[in-house]
Amino acid sequence: MAAAARPGVEELALLEKLLGLPRGNKYGVQGERKVPVLQTNNGPGLTGLMTIAAHLVKQAKKDQLLGSTAEEKAVVQQWLEYRVTQVDGGSSKEDTTTILKNLNIHLEDKVYLAGNTFTLADILMYYGLHHIMVDLTVQEKEKYLNVSRWFSHIQHYPGVRQHLSNVIFIKNRLYTNAH
Amino acid sequence: MRLRVAPGGPAALKVLAAAGAAAAPVRLVWGDPSERPLASPSAPWLPALELDSGTVLFSPNAICQFFFLARGEEPTDLTNQWLEWEATELQKGLEALEPLGQLLEHIEQDLSSRGTAYLAGDTQSVADVVVWGALFPVLQDETGLPSELPALRTWFQNMTLSEACRKAAGSVLMPEALLEFKSYLQKHPPPCLATGRATSNAPEAQPGAGTGHRGAGGHGHADPHWDQPSPQGDGPERALSEEEIAAAVAAWARGAAALPGPWKPQQPVLPVHGRRNVLITSALPYVNNVPHLGNIIGCVLSADTFARYCRLRNWNTLYVCGTDEYGTATETKAMEEGLTPQEICDKYNAIHADIYRWFDISFDYFGRTTTPHQTRIAQDIFQRLLARGFLLQDTVEQLRCEGCQRFLADRFVEGTCPFCNYEEARGDQCDKCGKLINAVELKNPQCKLCGGVPVVKTTQHLFLDLPKLQERLEPWLEQSLATGDWTANARYITRSWIRDGLKPRCITRDLKWGTPVPLDGFQDKVFYVWFDAPIGYLSITANYTEQWERWWKNPQQVELYNFMAKDNVPFHSVIFPCSLLGADDNYTLVNHLIATEYLNYEDGKFSKSRGVGVFGDMAKDTGIPADIWRFYLLSVRPEGQDSAFSWGDLMLKNNSELLNNLGNFINRAGMFVCKFFGGVVPDMVLTPDDERLLARVTLELRQYHQLLERVRIRDALRCILSISRHGNQYIQVNEPWKRIKGDEKDRQRAGTVTGVAVNVASALAVMLQPYMPSVSVAIQGQLRIPPERFILSRDFTCTLPAGHRVGTVSPLFQKLENDQVEALRKRFGGGQPEDLAVKPQAKQTHPAPAALVAPGDPQLIQELTEKVAEQGNYVRQLKANKAEKAEVDTEVAKLLELKKQLLQAEGKSPEVPVPKGKRKK
Repeated sequence: MAAAARPGVEELALLEKLLGLPRGNKYGVQGERKVPVLQTNNGPGLTGLMTIAAHLVKQAKKDQLLGSTAEEKAVVQQWLEYRVTQVDGGSSKEDTTTILKNLNIHLEDKVYLAGNTFTLADILMYYGLHHIMVDLTVQEKEKYLNVSRWFSHIQHYPGVRQHLSNVIFIKNRLYTNAH
Repeated sequence: MRLRVAPGGPAALKVLAAAGAAAAPVRLVWGDPSERPLASPSAPWLPALELDSGTVLFSPNAICQFFFLARGEEPTDLTNQWLEWEATELQKGLEALEPLGQLLEHIEQDLSSRGTAYLAGDTQSVADVVVWGALFPVLQDETGLPSELPALRTWFQNMTLSEACRKAAGSVLMPEALLEFKSYLQKHPPPCLATGRATSNAPEAQPGAGTGHRGAGGHGHADPHWDQPSPQGDGPERALSEEEIAAAVAAWARGAAALPGPWKPQQPVLPVHGRRNVLITSALPYVNNVPHLGNIIGCVLSADTFARYCRLRNWNTLYVCGTDEYGTATETKAMEEGLTPQEICDKYNAIHADIYRWFDISFDYFGRTTTPHQTRIAQDIFQRLLARGFLLQDTVEQLRCEGCQRFLADRFVEGTCPFCNYEEARGDQCDKCGKLINAVELKNPQCKLCGGVPVVKTTQHLFLDLPKLQERLEPWLEQSLATGDWTANARYITRSWIRDGLKPRCITRDLKWGTPVPLDGFQDKVFYVWFDAPIGYLSITANYTEQWERWWKNPQQVELYNFMAKDNVPFHSVIFPCSLLGADDNYTLVNHLIATEYLNYEDGKFSKSRGVGVFGDMAKDTGIPADIWRFYLLSVRPEGQDSAFSWGDLMLKNNSELLNNLGNFINRAGMFVCKFFGGVVPDMVLTPDDERLLARVTLELRQYHQLLERVRIRDALRCILSISRHGNQYIQVNEPWKRIKGDEKDRQRAGTVTGVAVNVASALAVMLQPYMPSVSVAIQGQLRIPPERFILSRDFTCTLPAGHRVGTVSPLFQKLENDQVEALRKRFGGGQPEDLAVKPQAKQTHPAPAALVAPGDPQLIQELTEKVAEQGNYVRQLKANKAEKAEVDTEVAKLLELKKQLLQAEGKSPEVPVPKGKRKK
């Protein structure tokens, strides 16, 4: 995997564009994990991908992306956390398998991570999973069918994908006895 | 919604604490991970919150967040940042078994640079619960934290003592769970604070990230053994260990021998070498007013409870207080009442002393500031400050009334507010917009004494050079904050003062009623009260004993506790210490600063001018005994946040806690001894059931000590009530009144239960003493507890052995009836705040009882007042129902006519200012 120099910062740049925010925010990184830091004029700035992403959404006045009810907000928060702790934390093949398995179960009866509405959780999960999905075999994509359906849906969501490569999914099943 | 938690799982702690803190109505299920919630991912996710919609939350932080969201507390950038930091950095550090040094350092730096009491501001938020929940399992209590991390220590201690966190810790740490928990702890090295790696110089250095990656079942509870089911799935109460029970039984068996010997200090109380010497002060009440309940709980009653506790512990304790008598307000009051300032002080000092006597406040000495000692000591401190170059002279512009031949203090000027144009703004503050005003900025200033127009003149004043003293202050303050018990608000207020930078402060005033300034050119000036008043603590002690310096110039032997409401904090933590440090005479400085928040009255504020609220002198006219007042005020003591006095709550607490719980238990225990055993304590043969009660009482007693040692007065009161609750349950389960009629074995059982119960009552009598001294004495009398056994110990022991004869037992408390309380509520106002607050002109329609000085016929005024109120309500109702405009206008006209009549009856000008809203088209 070709890791970008500052993956978190690049992701935030994508998010800014998606949200229609003017460029102008300054970012730095911190520590070995290169945690993004949003520099502000007053005070120490904001640290962490989730935190900054939520801040940008509010700045763009698209609060609905953080969920509209208490329940939805908590669910969004939960998947953002899953993204930064599990998806970013895992690096082995085993970790990846667990993540895909979990997501596949969760998405079995849902259109989006938080149910029926598109939220920040979908956006960041998409960015976080992109490098994994790109490398999946056709067979694996079919095995994690719900994840694939969701991923394909999100990458076609207006403004989300930007310069990232389009991941190809085959709609007719090839390995019918895989399950 | 159902909350499933794994007993012993560290993540259980934060979700339980969050549920408690946000008062979320959850049903708690101690989880068995084999029944996995259907919709959750494959990992053994616990805790899990199952919402009514079917959604399952499995991330502990998201669950905590949900509870706060459901209560309307939205996340902020700061809370988000802490939650993310906890999930990514802190959890990783905990799992990788790394030294926590840098992580703890991060919290410390953030807390101290922000200067707030909590992680994301001045109130507790989801961030605090989440971070506390992660840290508590490894730290357990703040003693594991080094003193280099004072802000973290204080925060952690505050969190651990908060009710929600305490309960959560109690219920997670059940014995079965404790084993799991111990294995978790054994895996973790004690928090190694000498950091493993070099600390980065970067001010915002993040803790280094660990190299180990997280397992799939992350979220802080990956180890399967945390998710063991608990065989005992009920009750949040922490169960007892065998060791605890054995220790409690051993202590019980030692009986009175286990008690420390009685000790009485000599009179006058002076520091004793080798003893703990505790000096307690409560903020000096200002003499020109009658204190209200908020003043009483904020200062004297809190300090009294603590002083009584200290004396029970055999600590050598001196508690002093007195009235603060100098200053403008006294002069104004004297003019109002047509007396001299001295006469006013004498009159009100007596009123104060009477009130505190009625409330049973155990001052060793209650003095006053208008004494020769005050002059001598204040002038001495002044001279020392002058000699050491800590005083500055400067010219100030001030209003002077040529008619009265004097410079006018702020309170002697009135004029138009420069901000909102309110016409009756005072010289220091506008009552309408609340902004602080510099008297010379007032438009159309007027002398309040003669009505003349004052002019701006320059005059010389002296200033305390606080910026110069800051370098002495800071090292002392750091030390005191790190080693003392300062309440969170006291720390916060002090830090924000220091952070904003200190400026020179004027210490002189153009007044007559004060301590004279002993310096040429200042003969017609006195010390400003804030310089003078705290010196009152010293001079009042000097009036108590000529050896006062053994208390006040003895920081090596004396521990000083200052009690106050939060508005007084900067004077005690910054300014007065600066005066004393500058005077450089080995003064005793404050070690523990205990500040309360505010007590409100019903839904508003106490207001003397509006006659709203209960004032010290009226409390006794209510017919409610002083001890009930003490109990109620202490049980709503504004510790940590503002609280409110409410008549309904007073009635409820009296009837449910005192009468049905505490009183009922003590009375039943005593009655059984009298009725079934002829007034003689029977033989006791302990069974495991009794032993568990002993351990339970011991546990609460320990908690009581732990809380009171840290001046958590309100929280410690709960321990007392919970002991009597256990006692009641114990009696209820064992039914001695039935067993006494049974066979030999049953009768023996009845005897044991009665004997144990009456001993619990005896322990309660001692524990109650700081809170309800008269009730405590009454129990002591009824049970005939000998003085040498009326001792507060750390262990619960048998103080009334078999054969002890009790006295006559009678009920301790009386029921408060609804009618009685409703009548009191009416009498003391409150309840119609909308009239008073929203429409200031309506004030005239509700003459406050205290302010009723009208010359007219009181009965007529009363009648008209009622009519005005009635008509006012009618008009409001019409408007609310959107009635015809013509109809409204007619009724408004009637209302205005009534108001006019009322004003005439009161002898005031009948020009009713027409309220804006009523003429608007």
